[in-house]
Formats: sequence, C-alpha cells, structure tokens
Amino acid sequence: MNKILSGAAAGVAGIALLFWILTIPATVPATELPPYTPDVGNGRTVFYIAGCASCHATPNSDAKKVDYTRLGGGLALPSPFGTFYVPNISPDPADGIGAWSEADFVTALWKGTSRRGRHLFPAFPYTSYQHMTLADARDLFAYLKTLPPVPERARRHDLAFPFNVRRLVGLWKLLFLHGGPFVPDPAKSAQVNRGAYLVNGAGHCAECHSPRNFLGAIVESQRFAGGPTPDGKAWVPNITPAGLQHQDPPWSASDIATFLADGMAPSGDYAGGAMVDVIRNLEQIDAADREAVAAYVYSLPAREGPKPPLKSLRKP
Amino acid sequence: MIRILLSVMAFALGITIAAAQDPIKERKDLMRGLGDQAKIGGAMAKGDEPFDLAKAQKIFATFAETASKAPALFPPNSNDEPTAQDPYTASPKVWQDTNDFKSRFEKFGADAKAAGANVKDIETFKAAFGSIGKNDCGGCHQDYRLKKS
Repeated sequence: MNKILSGAAAGVAGIALLFWILTIPATVPATELPPYTPDVGNGRTVFYIAGCASCHATPNSDAKKVDYTRLGGGLALPSPFGTFYVPNISPDPADGIGAWSEADFVTALWKGTSRRGRHLFPAFPYTSYQHMTLADARDLFAYLKTLPPVPERARRHDLAFPFNVRRLVGLWKLLFLHGGPFVPDPAKSAQVNRGAYLVNGAGHCAECHSPRNFLGAIVESQRFAGGPTPDGKAWVPNITPAGLQHQDPPWSASDIATFLADGMAPSGDYAGGAMVDVIRNLEQIDAADREAVAAYVYSLPAREGPKPPLKSLRKP
Repeated sequence: MIRILLSVMAFALGITIAAAQDPIKERKDLMRGLGDQAKIGGAMAKGDEPFDLAKAQKIFATFAETASKAPALFPPNSNDEPTAQDPYTASPKVWQDTNDFKSRFEKFGADAKAAGANVKDIETFKAAFGSIGKNDCGGCHQDYRLKKS
C-alpha cells in the first residue's frame, strides 16, 4: 500500500516537473543581438503597420481624439476568457517599458515573454509578431523610445480560472506558437512577398480575420476566412476570394489598396468597426506598402469561413 | 386653448404616423443612396472617370440632404436585425448616445454643404470627398454600425 502511494506521489511529482520544464517562458538573450544602429523612420512605419496604438493608446470616448503617440494603455478587451486590460508601452520607466532593454522587447514580440520572465497572454498577437525581422523589431523599439512617457499603470487583467494561470500559456504556446522570422517565397513576386510579410507579421491581419478554436487559437484551415469579433457582438469579414469575390461588385487588388487608404469599398460603402482604426494607421504608411498588402490579400487561396449564427448575434 | 391643444395633438399624431412608416427600410435605402453617390465620387477621385463638376455637386447635395433626413429615421425601438442578404445593423449605441449620434449627422451635413459650395476642380473635390468619407462616413460607421455576418 505504501509502495503504491509513494509511486503515485512520484508520478504526480514527475508530471509537475515535466509541466514546469515544458512551460518555462522562452527568452531572446542580449548576446543574440548583434551591434546595430536602428532606423527610427522605419520603426515608425512598423508602428503604423502593426497598429500598436489601436490597442495601446490611452482610450478616449471620442475615437478620433485618441492620441496615437501616448501609449498609456488601459483599453478593455472583452473576450470569452475574461477581460484583458492593455498594458502601458510608453517609455515611462515605472509604468511603461522605459526600463526595458532591446532584448526584453524582442523577447516580448517573438516569444511572448515579459521582462519579468512570465508568459504574456496571446491577446498580444506574438503569434504574428514572431514573424517580424530582427531589424524591424529593433527599429520599432527605437521609435517607441521617441514617444512621450505616460505615467499611468493599466489595471490588471480580469480573467476567469484557469485562464488566469500564466504558466498554462506555456502549454498553449507548445500547441500554437510555431515558426520564426518570415522567409520569402522565391516563387512569388517581391511585391507579394512584401505583402505576405506585412500581413502575417506586424500587420497581424489574420488575428481578427480568422475564426478561433475553443482555446482561442486561429483555426488554420480557415485563416483569413472571417469570424466573430472576440466580444461576440459583430462579425469580421472573410478577406479571401471566397468573401471578397462574392460581393457586389467583386474586389480588385486596386480596390483593396484604395480601401486600406481611405476606407471605401467598391460598392461605395465605408468601413466601420475596428477597421476604421486600422485604416487610420495604414494611411500613415507608403502607398507601395498598401499596394503590397493588397496584392498579397488578393492572391490568398479562397477559403470558406464559418457561417454566422444570425439569431444568437441578435441581442448584443 | 382647446384649439391649441387640438392642434398640438394633431401635430403629434402627424409625427406618429410619419414615424410609423418603415424607418428601417427608409434609412437603409437612404444609406444605399449615399453609397451609390460615393461610388461615383470614388471613380472620379481615382481617375477612373473624368471629373464632372455637376456630378461632384450632386454627390455633396445628396450627402447634405441625407444628413438632414436621417436622424428622424432612427426612432426609439427601431433596432434592426441582420439577415442573410444584409448583415449590417444599427448599433444599440444609436439609442444610448443619441445626442452624439445626431451631432454626427449635423457635422456630416455641414461638411457636405461646405464641400458643395467650395468644389471647383478635381483637387478640391478629392480633398473634400476623401475627408468626408474617412471622418464622417467611416467615423460614424466605427461607432454606430455593426456588421453581424
């Protein structure tokens, strides 16, 4: 009897140790960053492609009055797992990321690990940011450092058990965080490769334009095929040809580029919802980059997305 | 006194009847009318169609007219529901922040009137059309319209 008990105890301890080892947060050591002079101008471009301010800027009840250079955080992001409160990423040393090293910042973008060595929740889309090049990550950090510090600590996330256990995010990463910096496809044009890099890396378009499974990860077979917003109140459109080519009139690549610049769809309709902030960011970048995004999106394979359950969406 | 009371009642009845028609269909038709004009404007702004001053003025006139008609077409309890053909609905915020919602239409109307009075060539058209689209159309859709499928 004693043997069975001690055997069981050893088994439990073994599983706990294995869990602990498997879920150790990964980091990028400073020794992996070669000497580099960052390009702040490119950092600004990356900042607007990534739309950092859409979540991290201090909220204002009037969306048009939000100052995209004051990154005090605090925006509430409701989700099926609870409410996330966006952190302060201004250069304030106490409340923001002013005390972070470059390696801390690259670690957060690529590995989803905080400066204190804890797992960040994937509401921060490091599943996309891991595809950013090291140069873009370092340029972005240099640009963020030029913005004003905002002393303002964002409140803590309000998540239900067990989603509030950060160590479990380590298991989530084992399942869903794969890959590394973007690798161009030599069979595609330079423009489509640039678009693929922007869309799948900093732009993180698929994070909203894809359905998610019960663990909150993107359903790969339906990437870009649309799905419900995280709060369940609205629906994000399918941007593969299965969506855009079935609208009246169907979208051309140049229609997509126009839409990204000024929000007008080929039907004459104007974008609404969260896309308005995306466009407010994208109007800041070069037309050539918007055209690259459009060329890549236009070249996506057609994928059918989930069908919206009209009735359950009726009462927001 | 009775005459005043009667006329007030008659007036109220008139409003009730006007509002009791189909405000959801009416406002959706109005919005589609805006889209039709915006499509013409987009083609001119992109250079797909030659600039035409009369068309440009008609676009802004339609915008201004819609801005004056639309607020009355969102009476209380006129929430709409999505259908397979039309996934867009008014957000419940329309009836929560009604004053702000109405002020958006006032600004839209004022911007459209100013644009109609000042437009003279493709450059003045592009600037005004782009700004109204992004700020007035997009800004209001961001806060007061939901896409549900």
